[in-house]
Amino acid sequence: MAPLSDDTQSAVATEDDAPLALPGDGVREAVVDDLRNRIGDALIDSHIVPNDDLTVRVSTESWAATGAALKAAGFTFFSWLSAIDWMPSPYGKGEDDPTVEKEPIDMTIKQGVCGGDTRFQVLARLTDLNRHVGITIKADVDDDTPVVDSWTGSFAGANWHERECHEMFGIGFNNHPDLRNMYLPTDFEGHPLRKDFPLLARMVKPWPGIVDVEPMPEKAEEIADEPLPVTDEAGRIDPVATEELTGEPPSDPDLTMADAAATGDEATEVGAADAGADSEHSDAGSDDADAAADADADADDTPESSEPAATHDDAPESAADPLDVAEGASTADADPQEEAGS
Amino acid sequence: MTMMSDRQQLSYIASQAADARLNVELETEGMTLNIGPQHPATHGTLRIIARLDGEQVIWAEPSAGYMHRGYEKLTEVRTFPQVTTLINRIDWLGSFANEVPFILAAEKLMDIEAPPRAQVIRTILFELSRIANVSLFLGDLGVQMGAVTPVFLAFRDREYVLNLIEGATGGRFHPNFDRIGGLKDDLPKGWIDETKQVMKKLIGFCDENESLLFGNEIFQSRMRGIGVIPAEIAKEYGLSGANLRASGVDYDLRRDQDIALSYDLCDWKVWTHPDGDSWARCWVRLQETRESCKIVLQLLDQIPAGPVMTKVPRIIKVPEGEAYVSTENPLGEMGYYVVSKGDLGPFRVKIRSASFSNMSIASWVLKGVYVPDIVTILSSLYFILGDIDR
Amino acid sequence: MINTLAVEIPYWGQSIFRVVGGLVAVLLPAGGIVYLFLFKMMSFMQSRLGPMEAGPYGSMQLLAEVGKWLQKEDIQPDNADKTIFKMAPVVVLLSTFLLIVVVPFGPEAFFTDLDAGVFYFLAVGSVSVLGILMAGWSSANKYSLLGGLRAAGQLIAYELPMVLATLGVVIQAGSMNLQTIVVAQNTGEIFGWGGLGNPFILTQGVGFLIFMIAVQAELTQPPFDMPIAESELVSGYMTEYSGFRFLMFFIAEFATAGVFAFIASVMFLGGWGVPFDWFGWSNLDDVDWWMNIVGPLILTTKMFGLVLVIMWVRFSSPRFREDQLQTFAWKFLIPLSLANVAVTAILKVVF
Repeated sequence: MAPLSDDTQSAVATEDDAPLALPGDGVREAVVDDLRNRIGDALIDSHIVPNDDLTVRVSTESWAATGAALKAAGFTFFSWLSAIDWMPSPYGKGEDDPTVEKEPIDMTIKQGVCGGDTRFQVLARLTDLNRHVGITIKADVDDDTPVVDSWTGSFAGANWHERECHEMFGIGFNNHPDLRNMYLPTDFEGHPLRKDFPLLARMVKPWPGIVDVEPMPEKAEEIADEPLPVTDEAGRIDPVATEELTGEPPSDPDLTMADAAATGDEATEVGAADAGADSEHSDAGSDDADAAADADADADDTPESSEPAATHDDAPESAADPLDVAEGASTADADPQEEAGS
Repeated sequence: MTMMSDRQQLSYIASQAADARLNVELETEGMTLNIGPQHPATHGTLRIIARLDGEQVIWAEPSAGYMHRGYEKLTEVRTFPQVTTLINRIDWLGSFANEVPFILAAEKLMDIEAPPRAQVIRTILFELSRIANVSLFLGDLGVQMGAVTPVFLAFRDREYVLNLIEGATGGRFHPNFDRIGGLKDDLPKGWIDETKQVMKKLIGFCDENESLLFGNEIFQSRMRGIGVIPAEIAKEYGLSGANLRASGVDYDLRRDQDIALSYDLCDWKVWTHPDGDSWARCWVRLQETRESCKIVLQLLDQIPAGPVMTKVPRIIKVPEGEAYVSTENPLGEMGYYVVSKGDLGPFRVKIRSASFSNMSIASWVLKGVYVPDIVTILSSLYFILGDIDR
Repeated sequence: MINTLAVEIPYWGQSIFRVVGGLVAVLLPAGGIVYLFLFKMMSFMQSRLGPMEAGPYGSMQLLAEVGKWLQKEDIQPDNADKTIFKMAPVVVLLSTFLLIVVVPFGPEAFFTDLDAGVFYFLAVGSVSVLGILMAGWSSANKYSLLGGLRAAGQLIAYELPMVLATLGVVIQAGSMNLQTIVVAQNTGEIFGWGGLGNPFILTQGVGFLIFMIAVQAELTQPPFDMPIAESELVSGYMTEYSGFRFLMFFIAEFATAGVFAFIASVMFLGGWGVPFDWFGWSNLDDVDWWMNIVGPLILTTKMFGLVLVIMWVRFSSPRFREDQLQTFAWKFLIPLSLANVAVTAILKVVF
């Protein structure tokens, strides 16, 4: 999947002394040529990712004919059929920060690979099991009368896929034997996968993932720095000495420190736990890195520390670096790294 | 219908006869049997409406949607890293395998590749989730036919695999461990040795299951020649995985596509069976489990050194484009058609789940069989409800 | 039994004695079978422990289960034929109690000694079919109906091999009285050697196998549990039953297993007796009185041995399909048992 860099291309060209051609995509080009022979001008556009993938776009009228033609051409395996609504969602992605004024959404419809003219497109995927080539077929769906021909004539398996597509996008399929709802109740109104169908859960409540609900590490440290109550040898809190030190009497003078730790101040606990974990970490992390033969001990962590905000390194030893934890965006991010070391 | 074996021909005749009976005005009254949504044989909430003539099914149709969770819509309001949490729940018995094709699709769009170490570990975990998934299938087979013992053995041995998955990822069922650009963590200490031992146990489990269940003559008489699916029909309905291979089609996405998983590092075999009946489907799955154990054992010795995560931006924005990546999941071909518009999250994700296509053939294959065969055919087609309903 | 105690018991006293004895003879083995085999043996076969908390090694678990069932609501479907629905489990359980009546536990320890004992138990054993059919029909449930019909077809099909298998024994013993069959086995000789008696399993091995297979089918246990088939028919004719009525089906299932094992050991394994040669007895009148105590123990031991086999098969087999099961009965078992009867008859005449 690595992109073919310029070096390899030139290397191939010089070695074979052949015209510059990407290796392997001849198969896919042949498929496109074959399809053009079969359906003629109905083939509007094609897009080949060398050695990887093939997408073609055909006219709406020849949608069913393309399926039959490809089946005859060896693409006997029906993978799936679906549709896509190219209109940007008028509701945004529902994950924007609710405190920030929303920018107006650009509602221009822009189709993807192989272009298109309409808001909806149907797409299907077939595979040639002998040549191991997959092909994605796209076709526009008329905006006013969103109906295309059914593929069930060529591929019986398209039945369920078209039913799903019908209820989710409201696209009709001519000659489909049984175009009932697949998942939704019969009297359901609307087509859920259309972009203008609101996702109600997001309408009433913004996605919580965008706002950090846990305290940032810096803040936790701040809280931890507050002076603790003074105790005597038995562990009992000394109210007088505490008041001298902190400026206010302890809330419950009968509490011992153990009680306070068990019941009490969460912030204190968080801070203490964080500090403890950090110091443990540097030891455990380095031990592990040395001992475990399969650990990537020698990963270079210097470049990351110089550009901490830009990259995100999950290598265990970076967790040992307290600097990283402090700079991490949130405790939620830091936690997995701590687990990694221990 | 091209060449058919005797068994296929018999089954075909039976289905044609049932067809004919449906079209003739009968004096007797048929019975409509509603199997599910709450029923012991439906692994969840699948509903099958069957019209019976005596004990013979003359028409049957599965009705899905009792657990539809709308993942395709939900992915449109998630960021790319958040999507893996959702898609973990599609096939809940082999969760890690669900993540891989999506992550590969995102990586393809971003034009990055996971480091070799991450790829090998990914492949190992992928195969472990296949083993965990299919071993339960092998146990469940017996239960569908009244033999309760194999399922307990399956649960026992699956637990070892789940422990391994938990050890490596922290989650027994829903690891959410795969990241764009690599893996969340490296393997823990001692994991490799333990995995080797467990794999040997699992190969033993396969042998045990083969002699306990597959060798049983009642089991064979219930499975052989029942639910025959010819290769042409299988391909037309998009059957994938072991169901397709059991119809004699030699196609395995692990072998037959160029994908960033390390299957080419090891020596393994794609099993097929010419019969296309329930027996063949089960048998192929059994062989595959054994083969998976061998793949894992081989890969464990070949884990390269290095990082498990490549450098990716802290905030992942996937460039504009479309990509379809599918892998050979425990249930069959699972693919994600990911459309990105350059945002934090996908514009549209089409989830191609294996069970959806595998079950769509049910109304074809159930025609003409007897009521007891409904459960054996369904269980041999092997579906997970979350994989149908998504 | 009564003579041994050497006391005159009035008729009502005898009746109570018999009722209590019947309850003990049916329920105790049933409880033992459930605990030993369903709870423990099955668990060990499936690499788990089974119940461990209630009582030592979970031995009180069954009581807890019974308590649970008794507390549950007695649900009846709206459309059910209520009277028949309520009667069905009673009829099934009744058949079990009627069966125990003819089993001889000792020389004088029996409930009744019918001359046509074999005939009686074959007749009474089929009563349960009626109960099952009633349950299946009256539940107003398609699963129940399918289960009931399957059960009827299956039980009728397997009644026949069972009759024919017992016929071999009857021919060999020359009597339909079960007591006589026991004595015939224990006084018999193998080529002039009486050290082992002549349990009919040796000469009627085929008959014994057919009988056990038919018993397995009569009990609707795997591999013949199509009528229940929990993975396709939910629970067959028992689907709509809950609480106490389900408990009755449950007891009937295991108690019948016990009773049929009793009968099988009486007919094929020598019943309560030991080879009479050992103690110099020559006929039933010679048998010492203590056999009335030891006899039931011997018979129970043999019964548990046979139930072990029944349960072992039950826990380790998948089930047949309905048509395969019928084919097996009509095309294999019945011809085989007919042949068995013919061969037995010929040999009986020859020797």
